[in-house]
Amino acid sequence: MKKIEAVIKPFKLEEVKDALAALGIEGMTVTEVKGFGRQKGHKEIYRGAEYVVDFLPKIKIEIVADEAKVDQIVAAVQQSAHTGKIGDGKIFVLPVEEAVRIRTGERGIDAI
Amino acid sequence: MNSGDTGFLLVSAALVMLMTPGLALFYGGMVRSKNVLGAIMHSFVCLALSTLVWVLWGYSLSFGGDLGGIIGGLDYLGLKGVGAEPIEAFPTVPHYAFMIFQCMFAVITPALITGAFAERMKFSAFVVFVILWVTLVYAPMCHWVWGGGWMGSLGALDFAGGAVVHMSSGASALAAALLIGKRRGYGHEAFIPHNLPMTILGAGLLWFGWFGFNAGSALAADGLAASAFVTTHIAAAAATLSWLLVEWFHRGQPTTLGAASGAVAGLVAVTPAAGFVGPMAALVIGLVGGAVCYGGVMLKSRFGYDDSLDVVGIHGLGGAWGALATGLFASTAVNPNGADGLFFGNPAQLGVQAVSVVGTIVFCFIMTLVILKVLDAIMGLRVSDEDEVKGLDLSLHSETGYNLT
Repeated sequence: MKKIEAVIKPFKLEEVKDALAALGIEGMTVTEVKGFGRQKGHKEIYRGAEYVVDFLPKIKIEIVADEAKVDQIVAAVQQSAHTGKIGDGKIFVLPVEEAVRIRTGERGIDAI
Repeated sequence: MNSGDTGFLLVSAALVMLMTPGLALFYGGMVRSKNVLGAIMHSFVCLALSTLVWVLWGYSLSFGGDLGGIIGGLDYLGLKGVGAEPIEAFPTVPHYAFMIFQCMFAVITPALITGAFAERMKFSAFVVFVILWVTLVYAPMCHWVWGGGWMGSLGALDFAGGAVVHMSSGASALAAALLIGKRRGYGHEAFIPHNLPMTILGAGLLWFGWFGFNAGSALAADGLAASAFVTTHIAAAAATLSWLLVEWFHRGQPTTLGAASGAVAGLVAVTPAAGFVGPMAALVIGLVGGAVCYGGVMLKSRFGYDDSLDVVGIHGLGGAWGALATGLFASTAVNPNGADGLFFGNPAQLGVQAVSVVGTIVFCFIMTLVILKVLDAIMGLRVSDEDEVKGLDLSLHSETGYNLT
């Protein structure tokens, strides 16, 4: 099992969710995060004073899936989250040791 | 006793009271969320603290029998001699009504200063500061201008508190900002207003309450009150636009904080002039006031002091402009009990107004500096670095403003 973590632009969430649904992915966890990479912050002005806000709002999506599906998932996320502009985000793939479905106690692939 | 005057004065007192929670929201929205309750607490507690000082000895020191033009006597200590019957000075309203109306001014003035030391002052020191400030700065100022003291005797015109409320709080704020020092991270961290909708709500309440502040200062439900109501509103509107225009020009975009700040700047500027000038003069006072106060806010970065919520730039400078503008535009055609200003053939009035500006600023600045220095020596003014970073809400009050999840 692997975990796919994707940090994407917030307005892309619906598209990514739809692309994953089309692949049959049945669940995900979404968090609102802040971050920056090469995309610089933006400026805000209060009473004439300029402030640079470094951190930009992003969405982090976490999906745990069978190893066999990882490549498709990564491709789907990358395509649906893409805009071509700086700040599109990143996808990481991490190994997962164990998964448990709380309701039934199922473990491993059956839990995903 | 006149029921129209009485009704209007009591309602005006209530309107001015509402300005203090309004100020709490105005300031509260501008600080960081970890300090929202700390900011609100400052204003809200003034309602309680300043009121008590006022009714116990503040009113007496302000409006009691004059002692050498400097301070009032103890005639009204604990509101002794203040009752439902009118007194000679204000024959159409109960003495209570006049006293309680003035009380609301004594409440909001120290609350204004809190903007200068927002996000870093110890609450215990703040409480003592308010008590001392109302006693040693506000009451004398009030007496000097309205209570029979030397500024009023000199002929200085201050309809609703340009000197007593705004220049005094502005000058005091400067002393406080300089003494307490900058917030940790000032200059390199971005201190962004956390809740501008709340700030705008506060500004709206202030504009509303200001009708009580200025029109109520006519102490009568009459043409002069209507005149002051009109000038107040016009100045607020004009200043909103001029601030927005200057901002648009200077920074490329108009902002909501700019609109709210402009409105307040205009209201401040017209405060001393409200019942002495005509509507078109109020328009000019507002237009110039908005621009001047925008500049005043820029002064901070020029001189490097952390007046967190711009009390100096808006109340200090706005009040000073308003006081001088009164010396230009005052007309006995508007208010026969006032005087004429420079544009109405009496340039001497401008000189008198200038004296009141200098006198107010010097006295309030020095006195506040002394009070704060003493307090700092006795109990310390500033929270610890750790508490400042944690935020006042948690460190001083063990509360969080927003428990949203």
